[in-house]
Amino acid sequence: MTHHQPDLDTSPKVSDEIRKTTCYMCACRCGINVHMKEGKVAYIEGNRDHPVNKGVLCAKGSAGIMQHNAPSRLRAPLKRVGERGSGEFEEISWDEALAIAKGHLEPIRNEAPEKLAFFTGRDQSQSFTGFWAQSYGTPNFAAHGGFCSVNMAAAGIYTMGGAFWEFGQPDWDLTKMVMIFGVAEDHDSNPIKMGIGRAKNNGAKIVGVNPIRTGYNAVADEWVGITPGTDGLYILSMIHCLMKAGRIDLDYLARFTNASVLVNEDPESDDRGLFLKDSEGQPQVVDHNTGALAPWNGQGVEPDLSATYEANGVTHRPVFHLMADKYLSDEYAPENVAERTGIPADKIRAMAAELARVAFDEEITLDREWTDFRGKKHAKMVGRPVSFHAMRGISAHSNGFQTCRALHVLQILLGTVETPGGMRFKPPYPKPATAHPKPHGKVTVGEPLDGPHLGYVQGPDDLLLQDDGTPTRIDKAYSWDNPMSAHGLMHMVISNAHAGVPYKIDTLFMYMANMAWNSSMNTSGVMKMLTDKNEDGSYVIPNIIYSDAYSSEMVAYADLILPDTTYLERHDCISLLDRPICEADAVADAIRWPVVEPDRDVRGFQSVLCELGAMLNMPGFVNEDGSQKYADYGDYITNHIRRPGVGPLAGFRNKDGSGAGRGDVNPDQLQAYIDNGGFWIEHVPAEAAYFKPFNTAYQNWAVEKGFYDAVQPYIFQLYVEPMRKFQLAAEGVGERQPPAHLRQRIKQTMDPLPIWYAPFEDAHVDVDEYPVHALTQRPMAMYHSWGTQNAWLRQIHGHNPLYVPTKIWEANSFEEGDWAKVESAHGAIVVPVAHQASLNENTIWTWNAIGKRKGAWALDDKAPEATKGFLLNHLIHELLPPKGDGLRWANSDPITGQAAWFDLRVKISKSDTPNEAQPEIPAIKSPVGNGPEKLAWKVGK
Amino acid sequence: MTSLPTSTEKKLGLVIDLDTCVGCHACVISCKGWNTENYGAPLSDQDPYGANPTGTFLNRVHSYEVQPPNLKDGTQPAAQLIHFPKSCLHCDDAPCVTVCPTGASYKRSEDGIVLVNEQDCIGCGLCAWACPYGARELDADAGVMKKCTLCVDRIYNENLPEEDRQPACVRTCPSNARHFGDFADPESNVSILTRERGGFDLMPEQGTKPVNKYLPPRPKDVAPEFDVLAPYLEPIAADAKGFVGWLDKALNALPGGVN
Repeated sequence: MTHHQPDLDTSPKVSDEIRKTTCYMCACRCGINVHMKEGKVAYIEGNRDHPVNKGVLCAKGSAGIMQHNAPSRLRAPLKRVGERGSGEFEEISWDEALAIAKGHLEPIRNEAPEKLAFFTGRDQSQSFTGFWAQSYGTPNFAAHGGFCSVNMAAAGIYTMGGAFWEFGQPDWDLTKMVMIFGVAEDHDSNPIKMGIGRAKNNGAKIVGVNPIRTGYNAVADEWVGITPGTDGLYILSMIHCLMKAGRIDLDYLARFTNASVLVNEDPESDDRGLFLKDSEGQPQVVDHNTGALAPWNGQGVEPDLSATYEANGVTHRPVFHLMADKYLSDEYAPENVAERTGIPADKIRAMAAELARVAFDEEITLDREWTDFRGKKHAKMVGRPVSFHAMRGISAHSNGFQTCRALHVLQILLGTVETPGGMRFKPPYPKPATAHPKPHGKVTVGEPLDGPHLGYVQGPDDLLLQDDGTPTRIDKAYSWDNPMSAHGLMHMVISNAHAGVPYKIDTLFMYMANMAWNSSMNTSGVMKMLTDKNEDGSYVIPNIIYSDAYSSEMVAYADLILPDTTYLERHDCISLLDRPICEADAVADAIRWPVVEPDRDVRGFQSVLCELGAMLNMPGFVNEDGSQKYADYGDYITNHIRRPGVGPLAGFRNKDGSGAGRGDVNPDQLQAYIDNGGFWIEHVPAEAAYFKPFNTAYQNWAVEKGFYDAVQPYIFQLYVEPMRKFQLAAEGVGERQPPAHLRQRIKQTMDPLPIWYAPFEDAHVDVDEYPVHALTQRPMAMYHSWGTQNAWLRQIHGHNPLYVPTKIWEANSFEEGDWAKVESAHGAIVVPVAHQASLNENTIWTWNAIGKRKGAWALDDKAPEATKGFLLNHLIHELLPPKGDGLRWANSDPITGQAAWFDLRVKISKSDTPNEAQPEIPAIKSPVGNGPEKLAWKVGK
Repeated sequence: MTSLPTSTEKKLGLVIDLDTCVGCHACVISCKGWNTENYGAPLSDQDPYGANPTGTFLNRVHSYEVQPPNLKDGTQPAAQLIHFPKSCLHCDDAPCVTVCPTGASYKRSEDGIVLVNEQDCIGCGLCAWACPYGARELDADAGVMKKCTLCVDRIYNENLPEEDRQPACVRTCPSNARHFGDFADPESNVSILTRERGGFDLMPEQGTKPVNKYLPPRPKDVAPEFDVLAPYLEPIAADAKGFVGWLDKALNALPGGVN
């Protein structure tokens, strides 16, 4: 047959219309173009103009069409008619559903508002849901940060006024070396991929520190296959090397950090270890110009990094001397940490040397003048082009807070934070801990809580304790157990409520939180707690209200289901009051809007809260005449005023849309966002782009934009004084005293300079019996269970083998297709194994949250997610095993309470092949049935 | 059997950078989305919520572990993981075309894109057998052969903004590991990348003359060439006391009398 070509239309119509909104397939919040045909969603691609993703889109984002049309979508409000956990429901009207909710919520609000525990999981509207909870009057509100990455966020805020992801990012265009610690696909996923591509194109070196070499670590130019839980030790060893060689940025340290602040070293003083302060409470430095004491922020002061101060026969030294004492110790010498970290000493040295070489030999200079807060003019912006990024891998350990702090101290010693080529904050960050609210928990019946729930404590006085010293909050956040728990402890709510400690609650109200499955430690135990009954036949946790868009595992455990919309059917604001989408060079926020209307009897959860708030006559949710204040969430986004001139959205304020940051309400604001592609952006002025915490131009711009109301320059806190205050209390100083059993631990762990200690599980289990570390990470093409099991993505990740390194594979004579029994001190699972050579030799791991329960997500009972897929959660308990001291210690970081998922130790052995992964959890009845047998999804004709 | 054009004016194709592909599958799903809604029959899925979901994909990412050879001193370097996206390579000598009994498979003379005319496809599957790369998939629902079209309905599409006239997989790739262009033009982006980065043919021994090229990963885990200790980590002090002594001197020596 000779060559023949048919006629082909190479310019077919693409769509009727493009509607631009924000993705919600993970936490990254990219801009998307939703192509519509005949009123239906036809195709989703990235929005080129959007600051987060600049046109690209990951697999999850492109598969959003399958999420939006998923058979697992809930269709109407549900009332439980069978036993809790059975999945027996009947569909009811919204009127009935709201009346039931009011019936639970109104009486307790009038008597004891703390009996409502309202926790909102993977919520992107925390400034709204928090406002609702505050208005209701309960102290018991938080989102999921406590079991996610609060160590990262809190360590960053306390140390430098911001951490990674929504707080800061590598200066991707200028950096010459990027070191990423413990990063899988968590958070900021497209920007990191884009950044790695750009940095590599510029010739930068990427270093991945991770026990597992996949994803970003697979493309890294160098891989450090560290032993889990030892990152802090590795980092402190590099700090040791750099300090010992004097490869640190002295000028930067003197000016922009508290290395030069003097510490009270009088052993007799109740202020020992606190900063020397003047009468106005300002920490003191020695001014190099005068040799005299001066406040750290005095105009014209040149802080001396090394000068000491004599008073009453006591020499008070600057923080930097204390750091020399600590980090020059041989304890941190590479030879002494090599075995523990699994990294040879020469490799630790080589990495430290390379950091020093790039930071100091490849210095970047931008010809941009800037003026610091002491009035000193700097002719240039000098950059040290080494940048870092880190996330859950270092965070989800019981030593995570101190490890994250150690990483920040390394960044700061090299002079890389907020300098060209280093790590840069994204507005409205930087913002120091002192500029954040403190936590609030004072309940007054009939009135709102006394302030925002979550915040940053500055010492024992800020803890949320009742008069008898017991915790104010059901999750025991801001108690002596975990004083700096800035995101709350969602993972402890159910077990504490079940135990009635610190008190019993009446109603558990949750949103987007799969607590009966992958979002809980000790999954089977939590299911039991949710269904447990008192002797009189009533449930131990009396009422459970849950909102979700999909038929998740948690649905079966609620009494009332408020069905949410999909992300394409709703209003949302990605607000500066919450966790916005800004970039280092720009302030930005964004919306979601209903690009299609729901075809089911479902309502956006936040709109339901507007209605419930009015039904309960809650302040802020009713007008003076008692009528409902906000018709729906879109109305709230437009009209709510948080502070004068500041509302949920910063862009297009004032009636004419002229307001940027501050301004009056604009009734057409949402339309202005839609017209602008779903987001608003304004760029940081060039002279304000770096050195933001110290830069007068940035500080003035930040006030102009409404991030805060007065300039608030600060210096980085290498030494975190509030931690020292908790230590002092543990030493017996002050009125507020920790309980006896916590004294020693507080003294040990709350060191104001970063330290490393072994993960707590190591001291509670026999490490010889359980020699293997077990981890999870998220695949790039699947997020955890806040959506559904996506028809396209599950063909990529339909089940999750347990990946086993060569040493363990060979020791057990594993072969392809084998199964293994994995045991921890808490439980056992039997699961399929696969070999992976590019793995730390003592670490096994699996993909997170692929395993599903039969009956959930509209999947067939024989779906591989339910038969071969599994959760590691069965091996992890929220409490550590008993160690004979009569106490049960939490499996959490002692500083923030972050769930220590990654401390897990196990043993592994070959198993017979079971029918299904063990434990087998019985099926629940699906409220939505199963999905179709075939898809051929073409909207257009 | 079907003839190939004797030559093509352009050689449109992809360069895929194995150094930066993080294995995220963005290209896989973007392709699935575009080609389900566009060219020919939708890419269907069987048992999509069941025990054995199988669907049609025109582009898949495979991952391979590589164990580099032992170093001179006998130590074994760390294993590496390579992500390998694979779709039709639009071969110059495309055996999938010549094997086609109906002429449904063809290679375009203007740009070299290999396509299937679904009207003429009888679903016999010979082309899929002939392709050494496994790049064609028979759609179980429509019964026709599906393959990468290089987004022929995007790259010339006047209904798209000019900057979007590129394959969906290229537009969406977050790490910029996919590049689209004309290999017949030695100064095109893809020709330059191939030249500068040592782009290679996949399985050249098959004689198919693939148009798409792969860029090899850069060398990994290479020890620094400089001496670690000197100058970078040469100790300035043995302990904290020595360090403070050094510090005082170093501060005095800072330019501009700082401190």
